[in-house]
Amino acid sequence: MEPSERWLTTYDVLQKHGVDRRSFLKFCTQTAAAMGLSAALVPKIVDAMETKPRIPVLWLHGLECTCCSESFIRSAHPIAQDIVLNLISLDYDDTLQAAAGFQVEEIRRKIMKDYKGQYLLAVEGNAPTNDGGVYCTVGGQTFLSILEETAADAKAIVAWGSCASNGCVQAAKPNPTGAKPVRKLITNKPIINVPGCPPIADVMTGVLAYVLTFDALPELDRQGRPKMFYSQRLHDKCYRRAFFDAGQFVEAWDDEGARKGWCLYKMGCRGPTTYNSCSTVCWNGGTGWPVKSGNPCIGCAEDNFWDNGPFSQRLANVIVPGIDATPDKIGEALLVASGVGLAAHLTSVVARKQMNKSNPQEPDQPAGKE
Amino acid sequence: MATRVVVDPVTRIEGHLRVEAILDDKNVIGDAISSGTMWRGIEVILQGRDPRDAWAFCQRICGVCTTVHALASVRAVENALGITVPKNAEIIRNIMELTQYVQDHVIHFYHLHALDWVDVVSALKADPAATAALAQKVSPHWPTATTGYFSDVAATVKKFVESGQLGIFQNAYWGHPAYKLPPEANLMAVAHYLEALKWQKEIIKIHTVFGGKNPHPHYLVGGAASAINLNGDNAINVERLEFVHDLIKGAQQIVEGLYLPDLLAIASFYPEWTTYGGGLGNYMAYGDIPQNGVNDPAHFRFPRGVILNKNLAEVLPLDPTDTQQIQEEVAHSWYKYPNGTQGLHPSEGVTEVNYTGPNLPTRNWMKTTATRLSRRRVGKVTRWRLVHCRGC
Repeated sequence: MEPSERWLTTYDVLQKHGVDRRSFLKFCTQTAAAMGLSAALVPKIVDAMETKPRIPVLWLHGLECTCCSESFIRSAHPIAQDIVLNLISLDYDDTLQAAAGFQVEEIRRKIMKDYKGQYLLAVEGNAPTNDGGVYCTVGGQTFLSILEETAADAKAIVAWGSCASNGCVQAAKPNPTGAKPVRKLITNKPIINVPGCPPIADVMTGVLAYVLTFDALPELDRQGRPKMFYSQRLHDKCYRRAFFDAGQFVEAWDDEGARKGWCLYKMGCRGPTTYNSCSTVCWNGGTGWPVKSGNPCIGCAEDNFWDNGPFSQRLANVIVPGIDATPDKIGEALLVASGVGLAAHLTSVVARKQMNKSNPQEPDQPAGKE
Repeated sequence: MATRVVVDPVTRIEGHLRVEAILDDKNVIGDAISSGTMWRGIEVILQGRDPRDAWAFCQRICGVCTTVHALASVRAVENALGITVPKNAEIIRNIMELTQYVQDHVIHFYHLHALDWVDVVSALKADPAATAALAQKVSPHWPTATTGYFSDVAATVKKFVESGQLGIFQNAYWGHPAYKLPPEANLMAVAHYLEALKWQKEIIKIHTVFGGKNPHPHYLVGGAASAINLNGDNAINVERLEFVHDLIKGAQQIVEGLYLPDLLAIASFYPEWTTYGGGLGNYMAYGDIPQNGVNDPAHFRFPRGVILNKNLAEVLPLDPTDTQQIQEEVAHSWYKYPNGTQGLHPSEGVTEVNYTGPNLPTRNWMKTTATRLSRRRVGKVTRWRLVHCRGC
C-alpha cells in the first residue's frame, strides 16, 4: 500500500476527533483570517483540508532551550490546540511524546522509511559542528548526524526559531561549539526559516497551516522567511509609532515618557530593524508584545542579534566591526552598517519632524535597507 | 546476571538526558548513571558582555522554566553593583516568578510526568457515568464533571486511537501492568490533560502584561520596565491589573480544583512510589519571593536553608556568597579546573571543555553541585520540605 493511500485528510482526522462540519468550516475561516487570506479563499482551504493528506512531522531538538515547543503549545488559534497538534501527525517530538529511549528512535526510523520523501522535518535548535559534534548527542548519536540522516528523505524542513534559522545564543561569539543553523548544514532541501526567540505561537501554527492547506511552501524572502509574517519591521506597525514621529521618547525607565507609553527607540528598541509580526499578530493570544509592556525589542528574530548589543543602547551607537573576507562577515557588516545608516536616517526624520511641526502629516521615506 | 538498561533520550524533559541503569538478576537497580548530553557554552559566551544584557543570555538556558534564569541573572548583576530595586519592581517580579511556578508545576504534572502514571489507551474502557462520579468525588469544585463531558472526551480518545495514528502517544507502554489506574481514573486524567493544555496558555499572559511575551519575557537590571500609571492608557493601569487578577483567580481554580485533587487521587494508586527516591537525604533551597528585598531572606515567602542527612529537626542556614557552602565540581564531567578536582564556588567558576570520550566515569556535560560539601537535592520537593520544617 502506498503511504498516500493510508493517510487521512485533515477533515478525516477532525471528524475522528468529534469535530462537526460546522466547527470545521469555522476553523477553516479562522485559519484563512490568521493567514491574512480573503474570505474568497475559504472554500480552497475547506477543499484542501478535506482532500489533502496529513503530513507526518518529525520534530528534532538540537542545541536549544525548548522555548519553541513551549511557544507552539501557547497557540491561541480558535480550534482547541490538541486538534491543531493533530492536524499534522506529530510522530516524533521528545518534549511531548510518551515513549522514550530506543522506542522513539525506532519511530523516527520507521517514519523515515514508510514516508520517504513525504514527511516534514521540523528542527528546533541547531547542530554543534566542532570536535565531531560531541556537544549534542541523542541515543548515542551526534545530533549533526541525526539531522543529516533525517533531512535526507524529508519533503521539506521547517527551521523553528532563531537557533535553527540563524544560530542564536550558542552561535554568539565565540560560538564555542561551532553551532550552525540548518541552512548552513543542509543545502539540498527546501527550508522555511521561522526566526524569533521563540517565534510567535500563531506564526508557527500559521506556517504549518499554510503548508498543510496549499501543499506548498509559503512565499519566502531572501532569508527564507515566510513573507506573510516577516515582511515588515515592528517599527512600521508599532502602535507607539506616532510618538516616534512626534519626537516623544522614553529617556529613562522611570520618566514621564515611560508612564505615558512613548517611543522606546532611545532605550535601545530594535523595532526599526527587526522583521517579525509582534506588532501585528502580538503574543499570547493578542495580549501584547514587549513594546506594549514598556520593554524595548531586542531584535530576537534577526540574524546575529546577540552580538549586536548592548540591547539598551540605541542603534546609532552600534560599533561597526572590521570587515574581513568571508561572506558571513561581509553580510554581518552590511547588516550592522544598514542599522547605522538607518539610525542616522531616523534621527534626521525626527529632527525634520520637530523642525516642521506645522506639517505633521509628512510621509516617511522607507528607512534603511533590509 | 546484571542487565544494562539505557534510556536515551529521556523524553518529556527540557534538554538532553541519558540514563543508564544496571539491574541485578532480581531486576532491582543497583547503580544508575545520568548524563547531560548537551553543552552550549553560555557561561563562556557571557564573558565580556554588557551585564545589563546578561539576563537575556541566561534566560535561554531553559525555555520551559523561562524567566527564572533571567531573574537570577538580574539579581546577580544588582548584587554586584549594589542596586536595590524599587518595591513595585519587586512585586512585579514576584508575580512573574509565581506565575512561572504555577504554570510549570501544572505542565510538569499533566503534560510531562502524567503519561508515566496514566494509561491513555485504558481510558477507552472507562464508563463515562462512573468517571463523572469519580471526578465529582475527587474534584467537587470543578464544573465539568458530568457524564456528557466525559462521554465526549471518551469519544474523542476512541476515534483518535482507532485512527491508528497515535502521534506523540505511539510506541509507549500502554497496557503494561505497572500502570495502576482504573479506566475511569485514566479517562479523568486524559480529560484534565486537555483542560490543563488549554489553561497553560492563559496563565502566562501575566508575563506578556509585564514582560511582553512568553516564553522568554523581558527583564531589566535595576527594576522592571513596565511602567505603572493608574491614570494612563498606555502603561500598567486598572484594566491590566484586573486582567492579571482574573488570570490569578483562574490559576487558583485550576490548582485547587483540578491539579491538587488529581495529584492526590493518582498518587493514591501508587503508594509504593512514596518509598522510592529521596536522593541522598540532603536538601537545599535558596528561598524566594522576597518581601523586603533579596538581601533579607528572613522575609522570603519561601524560606532559605539546608537539611542534611534527612534531619528534619534542624534547618541549617545558607549563605550563597560563602565560597565553602556552594560549590560546583567536575570530577565526572567533561571539564577541567586549573587546580585539579577541588570544587569551586560559582563566582570563581571555570568552564573549560575537556572531552575524554564516552567512557565512564567521566560522561557528562553537567557539573556536579554541592552544598556544605554534600551532594544535595534542590527544587520543588526541597522547597516544600523547608516550608514544612520552618512551619511557614
